[in-house]
Amino acid sequence: MNEVFIFATLNGLVTGLLLFMLASGLTLIFSMMGVLNFAHASFYMLGAYIAYTVSGYIGFWGGLLIAPLLVGALGAGVERYGLRRVHSYGHVAELIFTFGLAFLIEELVQFFWGRDTKNYQTPELLDFALFTLFGQEFSAYRGFMIAISLGIFAALYVVLTRSRVGIIIQASISHPHTVANLGHNVPFIFMCVFGAGTALAGVAGVIAGPVLTTFPGMAVVLGSIVYIIVVIGGLGSLPGAFIASLLVGLLQSYAIAADAGMPELLEWLGVSFERSHPLNDLWTLKLPQIAPVLPYLLLILVLIFKPTGLMGNREE
Amino acid sequence: MKKHLLLWAAYALVLVLLPSLFSSVLGISILNQMTIWILFALSYNMMLGQGGMLSFGHAVYFGLGGFMSVHALNLIADEVLVFSITLIPLVGGVFGLLAALFIGSFSTRKAGTVFAMISLGIGELIVASSLIFVDFFGGEAGVSGDRTYGPAFFGIEFLQDSEVYYLGAFWLFVATLLMYLFTQTPAGRMANAVRDNPERAEFIGYSTRRVRFITFCAAGMFAGVAGGLFAINYEFITEENLNALTSGRVLLMAYIGGLGFFIGPIIGAVILTLMNSLLSNYSEMWMLYLGILFLLTVMFLPKGFAGFIMMHRAAWNNGKMGSLVLPYCLTALPAGLFLTAFIGMVELSHADELLHFLSMDLANDSAFSWFVLAMLAAIGAGGVKLARPRLAAAWEHANAAAQEAKS
Amino acid sequence: MSILTLDSVCKRFGSTEIIRDVSLAIEPGEKHAIIGPNGAGKSTLFHLISGRYNVSSGAIDFKGEAIQNLPPYEIARRGLARSFQVTNIFHRMSVFENIRCALLWSEGYRYSFWRLLGKQTALNARAHDMLEQIGLADKADLPSGELAYAQQRALELGIAVASGAELIMLDEPVAGMSNSEAENAVALIRRITEGKTLIMVEHDMNIVFDIADRISVLVYGEIIATDKPEHIRSNTRVQEAYLGEVPNDA
Ligand SMILES: Nc1ncnc2c1ncn2[C@@H]1O[C@H](COP(=O)(O)OP(=O)(O)O)[C@@H](O)[C@H]1O
Ligand SMILES: [Mg+2]
Repeated sequence: MNEVFIFATLNGLVTGLLLFMLASGLTLIFSMMGVLNFAHASFYMLGAYIAYTVSGYIGFWGGLLIAPLLVGALGAGVERYGLRRVHSYGHVAELIFTFGLAFLIEELVQFFWGRDTKNYQTPELLDFALFTLFGQEFSAYRGFMIAISLGIFAALYVVLTRSRVGIIIQASISHPHTVANLGHNVPFIFMCVFGAGTALAGVAGVIAGPVLTTFPGMAVVLGSIVYIIVVIGGLGSLPGAFIASLLVGLLQSYAIAADAGMPELLEWLGVSFERSHPLNDLWTLKLPQIAPVLPYLLLILVLIFKPTGLMGNREE
Repeated sequence: MKKHLLLWAAYALVLVLLPSLFSSVLGISILNQMTIWILFALSYNMMLGQGGMLSFGHAVYFGLGGFMSVHALNLIADEVLVFSITLIPLVGGVFGLLAALFIGSFSTRKAGTVFAMISLGIGELIVASSLIFVDFFGGEAGVSGDRTYGPAFFGIEFLQDSEVYYLGAFWLFVATLLMYLFTQTPAGRMANAVRDNPERAEFIGYSTRRVRFITFCAAGMFAGVAGGLFAINYEFITEENLNALTSGRVLLMAYIGGLGFFIGPIIGAVILTLMNSLLSNYSEMWMLYLGILFLLTVMFLPKGFAGFIMMHRAAWNNGKMGSLVLPYCLTALPAGLFLTAFIGMVELSHADELLHFLSMDLANDSAFSWFVLAMLAAIGAGGVKLARPRLAAAWEHANAAAQEAKS
Repeated sequence: MSILTLDSVCKRFGSTEIIRDVSLAIEPGEKHAIIGPNGAGKSTLFHLISGRYNVSSGAIDFKGEAIQNLPPYEIARRGLARSFQVTNIFHRMSVFENIRCALLWSEGYRYSFWRLLGKQTALNARAHDMLEQIGLADKADLPSGELAYAQQRALELGIAVASGAELIMLDEPVAGMSNSEAENAVALIRRITEGKTLIMVEHDMNIVFDIADRISVLVYGEIIATDKPEHIRSNTRVQEAYLGEVPNDA
């Protein structure tokens, strides 16, 4: 029991931190521009694919450096030449634009890289077991994922709280309109934040690609969960996004690891049931089966009881 | 009033005559798809265009209506239920409505991003459950039925696709009429008001939540009717019909067609169904073209194709349309050339063998082939650049004249 | 009996108290003006009465019923209509539709989806009549978002008064209008509020002294005086706190 729990916690942590890497960029972008960027996970996918190609030439570490920069530049370009234009048509149009962009990027990835799964590997340098617990190995790469996520958050935190740019961004989060009045070049800041946010998604893609497999559906797999996380945490709240990311990561990880479900519950309640009942599927439901559903359930519950999300306070 | 009756008569006439014009197997099959998608897109427009609720999960009502309809078909086949399959769309409608009643009761409190995210969450939830509740949803394979059982409808047993078409066209006509009439009622008009300015709507006595809820339920019901048509036409349904892909597709249709206009989604559904059925035979890349078309529409035609047509109202009223024809042609020709060359390049990049294109044989590895296409594209782009000022001037002229006439 | 009473109403945003212990009683048929410098809390007070904001403490009674913290639509249905300082219309709908929507609830149409608006002759006639009164009859079919500023203000006023509510609250109804437009608007306000109760925020003292039966002066969230116009004019506290500033303020 104990070992299952510890590994589930570690895996949940890895997933949660990865999710937060996406959610933090998404939150930054939302806070400043009021747009929920539906294509955010697509930039994550681009990060994985570009890193895969680059690492073919100069190895994993080169990919880790170059791919996020390229993705960030692409993101900035999308903001400059696409989103900025659509901005004047209102929020629905913006949301729909990023939705279409997600669709297009998925097609473009298939156009350039094909439909098959890419053999994107973890670097040899990290191909060993970091530690062994109860006879189970925890790979060094997962440790590296945790380390790099934490490193990035530390950097992000320092930039946001200590630098001038960070202070302007923070101001834009709480008082989006005042910043423009103070004479800052808001469109330029928007472009940079969008670029930085997508670059973060790119980093997440580079490090997740080898473990979560690099294939054209990877954006969809993670995407909707990330959007849900930022809403659960409260749109525009970085701490909220952090809590929600870990919550979702751990919740899913525990549900998958748990070997329990309706049969056990019913047995515990002393209810016996007929195998051929029309609701058979419901009575035999196991927790690992509903793991993928949990984030959505959580979302719906949170939105019903606290429409602004866990830590959000901004009404629309 | 007269004018309206005439329009509706024309609509009915077109629906009746279409199968005679496109009587091939492919033609009828496409027409059948169109009836389904037009109805579905109209119901989506009710939600977003009329009610201002951006949903990423509209396929839920379509799919649930469809699943219940297929199950109803099976119950008819097993003689548990005895009624004509012509009424199946009603089954879809009822269950679409029930689902919307339940989901709408908690999701319509807010519009905007919160609503959009709840709709996404519910959509994903239902899709995930569909893989869990295999008895009802049939797992990955889906559920199939047979539409030829049950009492015959005046001797028609729906063995032929064309018979199915008339059934679909009938329900489409009825549903279109009802949806249009809804826009003319107090609830329908308040849906527009709430879309435009929810705050003010509350100060003239209306609960925005209630107004949204009514629109939401109506839209869910008509989506369910479309799902019923789907069930009759394909005789099977899978999880794919309620997932995000289908939700996204209907959003695409409504948006490309034009959200603000009642006929917008009809145009969008026709365009996308045609692209889907025709292009997908010719090119593996059609989804890529669709994505590009969608983004360009969002960027340059925010009101969709219907909005683009409506932009010409002023020019039309002043009889200035004629002056626009030539500039339009002069721009469209090179634009078409550019587009053709672009498509040629996209196709060529993925061609394993010789690509027969514009009566040329192009090869993937031949620099000359690429050069020819690049030249054509450059000529097209240059032509557009040359023609644009003239078009802009003509546009200016036509609309300036319109303003003069007004004042 | 008063039609509207406020009893020790307070409103805080975070730690700042914007409305401090306001008590006020409005008599049926009274024309009441609220004046005070910018930022005094006049609009906030309107929002509290009409249900846009919840009160932090205190009670508001309308026709003998407590209405504080009810949703705006509940309050509107009880016969309280208001306009906004910042134009707040249905911008994509036609001018005519704007007015007709404002009439729907009070004419008993509720949420009906079985009656066609085109067939409701009496309703449509009332809407057209209202358009005539606010001088927008020739713009009936234009999307309201395309109206000029002053016309939008007229429409804003029209939406507020269309339903024929017993208590009408107008927040700076003529601000930004030219002199002649303002004159028309004032005449309209007079006509439409005949026999009804009016609460109005207005900066133009001529209009205030012209229309109002009583005036309340709001400064920093507190009502420092409520009285007949002639007494307000001579009230020294008011002169100190407010009237002295009028020239700079306007
Ligand atoms: N939602 C709010 N949150 C915080 N402060 C507010 C809010 N609404 C108004 N205020 C503050 O309350 C004060 C009064 O504003 P307002 O009622 O608009 O004044 P007036 O209408 O008298 O000019 C202002 O200082 C304003 O900044
Ligand atoms: Mg004010």
